[in-house]
Amino acid sequence: MNYFELFDFPQSFELDTAELSSRYRELQRAVHPDKFAGGSEQEIMLAVQKTAQVNDGFQTLKDPLRRAEHILALRGLDISHETTTVKDTGFLMQQMEWREALEDIAHSSQPDAMIDELHTSFAAYQRDVFSSLSALLASHAEDDDIKAADQIRKLKFMAKLQDELARAEDALFE
Amino acid sequence: MAYSEKVIDHYENPRNVGSFDKNDPSVVTGMVGAPACGDVMKLQLKINDAGIIEDAKFKTYGCGSAIASSSLVTEWVKGKSIDEAAAIKNTDIAEELALPPVKIHCSILAEDAIKAALDDYKAKQGE
Repeated sequence: MNYFELFDFPQSFELDTAELSSRYRELQRAVHPDKFAGGSEQEIMLAVQKTAQVNDGFQTLKDPLRRAEHILALRGLDISHETTTVKDTGFLMQQMEWREALEDIAHSSQPDAMIDELHTSFAAYQRDVFSSLSALLASHAEDDDIKAADQIRKLKFMAKLQDELARAEDALFE
Repeated sequence: MAYSEKVIDHYENPRNVGSFDKNDPSVVTGMVGAPACGDVMKLQLKINDAGIIEDAKFKTYGCGSAIASSSLVTEWVKGKSIDEAAAIKNTDIAEELALPPVKIHCSILAEDAIKAALDDYKAKQGE
């Protein structure tokens, strides 16, 4: 399923998310099963299926990480269910340091300052990786797709870190 | 999902957690990560001149199965030669811990951590 086609967007990483939301609402209305309430069982089934596709498509295109993954999958490089091991030592050392810093928040005398600092570091790092990912995906070269996959893997580690940071933040208020 | 007793045991009482001084010339380090779950694993081995692993330590950020897999590996590699350690397979780890299919990748990560540490050893020997 090509979600860019479903939402009538060019297959590009850069995407107008406000426009995506408005097309999502239009599509949702057009395929809503209630519209086929008086129709045959088959028509209703089809509407339910279409609705699920539209919802999946919206969730996929809305999230830049999943959008990038979808683009690679459409180009024949599906990494969404892989169990690859990453061995980039420098990158992993940094991940380890950040995980250790997250652990230290609970025992810190200035937890808020630590949280702010980590927010800033994570955001800066993610911004850099996303901008490199965007350029790699725009080049349409096979080598660059492989490099783009590496950037996506890095962003998955960052997503995990962001989850952990949010959890550490919640724990402070408990 | 229910963890096996062995996983819970390693998770609650992890063996050999920590780090060695990375400036110690007999210490080698393997760093690996699994993007699917964001797990990060560090395995350090202390290898003597005869090529025997004298000690091992690990630090893992991940789920119970990932922690148990790396904890088990530190127990297994102690006293082994580098060739014996290299022969440890993820299937051995998964079987010992009774890992369910969705957690097999945790044992793969632990096997890859041994390989990465031994690669570091070979790189250091070559220097």
